[in-house]
Amino acid sequence: MQLDEFFVTGEPLIYAGMVSIALVTISILFFLTYYKKWGWLWREWLTTVDHKKIGIMYILSALAMLFRGGVDAMMMRTQLAFPNMNFLNAQHYDEIFTTHGTVMIIFMAMPFLIGLMNFVVPLQIGARDVAFPYLNALSFWSFLFGAMLFNISFVIGGSPDAGWTSYTPLAGAAMSPGPGQNFYLLGLQLSGIGTLATGINFMVTILKMRAPKMRMFQMPIFTWSTLITSFIIVFAFPILTVALALMTLDRVFGAQFFTLTGEGMPMMWANLFWMWGHPEVYIVILPAFGIFSEVISAFARKQLFGYKAMVWAIILIAGLSFLVWVHHFFTMGAGAFVNSVFSISTMLIAVPTGVKIFNWLGTLYKSKINNTVAMMWALAFIPSFVIGGVTGVMLGMASADYQFHNTYFLVAHFHYVLIAGTVFACFSGLVFWYPKMFGHKLNERLGRWSFWFFVIGFHVCFFPQYFVGLDGMPRRVFTIIPEWMPLNVISTVGAFGMGAGFAIFVFTILYSYRYSEREKTGDSWDNGRTLEWATPTPVPFYNFATLPHIDSQDAYVKLKQEGKTTFEEDKVEPIHMPSNTGQPFIMMAFMFIAGFGLVFEWMWMAIGGLLAVFVMMVIRSFDYDEGFHVEVDEIKRTERSARRL
Amino acid sequence: MKNINRLFKKGLALLPLSLVLLLTGCNSDLAILDPKGPVAQTQKDLILYSVYFMLFIVVVVFAAFTYMVVKYRENRPGRKETDYDPDLHGNNKIEVIWTVIPFIIVIALSIPTVDTLFQLEKPPEVEANEEEQEPLVIHATTADWKWFFSYPEENIETVNYLHIPTDRPIEFKLSSADAMTALWIPRLGGQKYNMAGMMNTHYLEADEEGVYKGRNSNFNGEGFTKQTFEVYAESPEAYDQWVSDTQNQAPELTQDRYDELLAPGLTEEHEFSSTHLAWVNHGNPEGMDYAINRHFQKYGELMHLESHQDAEDFMDEENNDDHESDRDH
Repeated sequence: MQLDEFFVTGEPLIYAGMVSIALVTISILFFLTYYKKWGWLWREWLTTVDHKKIGIMYILSALAMLFRGGVDAMMMRTQLAFPNMNFLNAQHYDEIFTTHGTVMIIFMAMPFLIGLMNFVVPLQIGARDVAFPYLNALSFWSFLFGAMLFNISFVIGGSPDAGWTSYTPLAGAAMSPGPGQNFYLLGLQLSGIGTLATGINFMVTILKMRAPKMRMFQMPIFTWSTLITSFIIVFAFPILTVALALMTLDRVFGAQFFTLTGEGMPMMWANLFWMWGHPEVYIVILPAFGIFSEVISAFARKQLFGYKAMVWAIILIAGLSFLVWVHHFFTMGAGAFVNSVFSISTMLIAVPTGVKIFNWLGTLYKSKINNTVAMMWALAFIPSFVIGGVTGVMLGMASADYQFHNTYFLVAHFHYVLIAGTVFACFSGLVFWYPKMFGHKLNERLGRWSFWFFVIGFHVCFFPQYFVGLDGMPRRVFTIIPEWMPLNVISTVGAFGMGAGFAIFVFTILYSYRYSEREKTGDSWDNGRTLEWATPTPVPFYNFATLPHIDSQDAYVKLKQEGKTTFEEDKVEPIHMPSNTGQPFIMMAFMFIAGFGLVFEWMWMAIGGLLAVFVMMVIRSFDYDEGFHVEVDEIKRTERSARRL
Repeated sequence: MKNINRLFKKGLALLPLSLVLLLTGCNSDLAILDPKGPVAQTQKDLILYSVYFMLFIVVVVFAAFTYMVVKYRENRPGRKETDYDPDLHGNNKIEVIWTVIPFIIVIALSIPTVDTLFQLEKPPEVEANEEEQEPLVIHATTADWKWFFSYPEENIETVNYLHIPTDRPIEFKLSSADAMTALWIPRLGGQKYNMAGMMNTHYLEADEEGVYKGRNSNFNGEGFTKQTFEVYAESPEAYDQWVSDTQNQAPELTQDRYDELLAPGLTEEHEFSSTHLAWVNHGNPEGMDYAINRHFQKYGELMHLESHQDAEDFMDEENNDDHESDRDH
C-alpha cells in the first residue's frame, strides 16, 4: 500500500483537519513534557480505577466528540443552505453524515451519560466504588480507543460512507470497498465491549452495593433509570456485537451473511441493527429522564411527583423498546398485519412517556422554582421534547409513515427527541453536578448565554425541517432544489446558533476554572436531596467515611433534618479500596492495534494485537492484588480537612 | 434576562399556534399535503386527523407548563405561603386521568391507522360513478443510480421517467438490481422499498393530469441525490398514444445495452420497445446477483459528483468507459 492510499488525499478540508490534529497533538505533548506532567497523567488518570475520575474522563471525551460531531453538522448545514452549493461533493457529504450520526450516538450521547452515571450513581446509593472497578476502567479505555479508531478514519484510509445505519448490501464489500466501513465495524465493536461491561457493572453495583437498608423503591430516580438502562444494554448490545461480527466476517473474510451473492440476506442486517438500535435510543433517553427528574426535583425544592409511577413508566418503556424495531422500516413491505402490530406497540410508548411528562409538571405544581442554568435546561426540555414526542407518534402511524419515512420530517423528529432529551440532559446534569466534580460552579451568567443560544438555535434549526420534510425533502441528499431553500437557510442559521451556544459553554468551563468561587460545603445548591450531596467537596476517593442507614426516598433531606452526616467519627473503620492499575489501558491499546490491523486487513497486525490482548488477560488472571485499606487516621484527617471541622 | 425569560415563555405558548398557521398556510404548497391521487389523499387525511390530536396534546402541555413555570417561580412577587407544598408526592385520581387519556388517544389513532394500512395493500377503491379498471402493472427496478420502468403487457421500458394514465390504479412491482432503494412520488402517495431478490407490490394512482416528481428516497451511495425521475400523468387517450409511439419508434432493448445501462453511474432518459424482464427479473432470488456479478469492480469507483452536475455531465465518460479508480479493491 502506498502512502497516498494510506492517508486521505485531495480534500482541502481534510488537510486542514490533519494540520489541526498534528498541532493539537504536538502542543499536548509539549505541555506534558514542559510541565513534567507525564507521571501525573499516568498515576492520576491512565491507571485510575476511581469511578469519579473515570466518569470525568468519559465526560471530557464526550465533549470532544460533541465538538467533532458538531463540526460535521455545521459543514452539512453549510452545504445544504443554498441550492448548488459546492462546499462538499456528494462523497464527502456522505462520509460526513455517516460520521456525524455515529459519533453523536455512539461516541457522544452514550459516553456522556455513562460518564454522569459513573460519577453520580455510586455516590447516590452510598457505595465506595462500582462493583468491578478494574472492569470499569477497561470499559472506559475500550470506549476511548474505539472512538479513536473510528475518528482517525477521516485522515487515514477514509471515512465510512454508508450512513450510521450501514444498511447492507450498500455497506458490504462489493459496494463499499476499502477500509472506511471497516473502521465503523471495528470502532463500534471495540467500544461496544466497554458498553456491555458497563451495563453489567452498573447492574451489579445497584443491585448489590446500596447503602445499608436502602430499598429498591428508595433509590434516587437517576439510579433507577441507570439500572433499567443497564438491563437494556445487557439485552441489546449482544445483538449489535453479533451483527457487527457477521458483517466483519463478510467484509474481511469473504463470508456471505448480508451479501447479494451466495444467497446472503441483506435485509437481516436492518432487522438486527434495529433490534439493537431501537433499545439503543432508550439507552440514551432513559438516563436523561433520570437526570431531569433529579434536577427538577432539586430546583423545585420538592419531592418528585408520582415517584412509583415514574419508575414503572421507565420499566414499561424499557420493555416496549424491544418490541418496536420494525417501525424503522415500515416501508419494507412486511404487510399490513405486521405493520399494524408494530404501529400500535410504537404508539403505546407514548402513554408511559406522557405519564412522565405530566409527573414532571406535577412536580412543578406548588413548588419553589429556582431558575438556575441546570433548571433552565431541564425546563426547556419539557416543551421541546413534547414536540418531538407527538411527531414521533405521527411517525408511528405506519400508513402515514409511508410519507414521512426517510424525510426531513423524520430528521427533525429524532433531533427533537435526542437533542431536547439527551443533549439538554447532558448539559443540565453536567451543570448540576459540576461543583461536586470540580469543586466550583460554572458561571451562571455565561451559562444563560450559552443556554439561550443553544435552545433558540435548536428550535430555529430543526422546527423548519418538519415542513421541508412535508415538502418532500429526503434525508441524506447532498444538495437541495430551489423550492426547499428558504426553510433550509433558516435551519442553517439555527445550526450556527447552536454552535455558538456550545462555544460559549466551553468558554464557561475555562472562565469558571479561573474565576468561580471554590465550594466550601458538599451541598452546593443548598437543596440537594440525594446522597451525593452528603459527601464533602472535593469528594474523598473512598466517597463515604461512614455509610448512613437509609429509610426513605430523598435520603439526604432526611439526614439533614436529623443532623446526621456521612462522617460519624466514632464509627469510622478502615476502608477497603482497589489499587490503581495500568492493565486496562494497555490491554485496550493492544485491542486498538488489533482493530487497526483488521481495518486494513493486515492479518499479522490483527493476530499480533489479539495475542497481546490474550497475554494481558492471562496476566490479569494471575493478578492477586487484593487492594489496600485506608486507615482510620487517614480517613479522619481527610474528612476533617474536607469538611473544615 | 428575566424579561427575555418571560418573553420566551410567551413565545413558547404561541408555538402551537404558529404550527396551525404554517400547516394551513402551506396546505397547498407542501408536497405531501398536496395530493394528486387517492393514495396520497388517504395519507393526507390521516396525517391531518393525527395533527388535531397532537395539537390538542401540545396545547394542554404547553398551557400547564406555562402556568407552572410562571406561577411557582420562587421570586414571583405576590407568592403566597399556600403556593408551596414540598411533601406533595402524588395524587392517584389525576395520575389515572393522565394515563387513561393518552391511552384513549392512542386507540383513536390506531383504528384509522390499521384501517388505512389494509386499504393501502389493495388498489385504491373506485368512486361510485366510475367503472372498475384492472391495475396497470409497471415493474420499477433500480440500479445505482437510475430507474427502469418496464411495462410487461405493453412490452416497453423507460429509464428515469414514466407515463401513466389518470384514474387507473398502477400496480408497481418494486425491486432493485443492487442496493436497497425506495420508490417515492410524494404527490401520489407514500414510499416502499425496492430490494434485490424480492418483489414488493405498491399501489398508486393519479387523478389529475400533470408532471410529478419521483425519486429514490433511501440512501444508496454517491449518486443517491440525483436518482430522480418524472411521472407524466396523462389522459388515457394520450397515454395510449404514447405507448404505441414508443412501441413503434423506440429501439429494442438488447441484453448488452441493458448490462451497459446497469453499470453504476448516472444516465439520461431512455425508452425501448422491449423489456429486460425477458432475461432477468431482479425481484426473483435468481436475479439477485445479476448486476453485482457483471459490475463488481465498478461499485467502488467514484464519480466525484458535485451539486451542479447531472447525468449529462457524465455521458462522455460513460462512452469511453475509463473511470479512474479511486479506491483499491
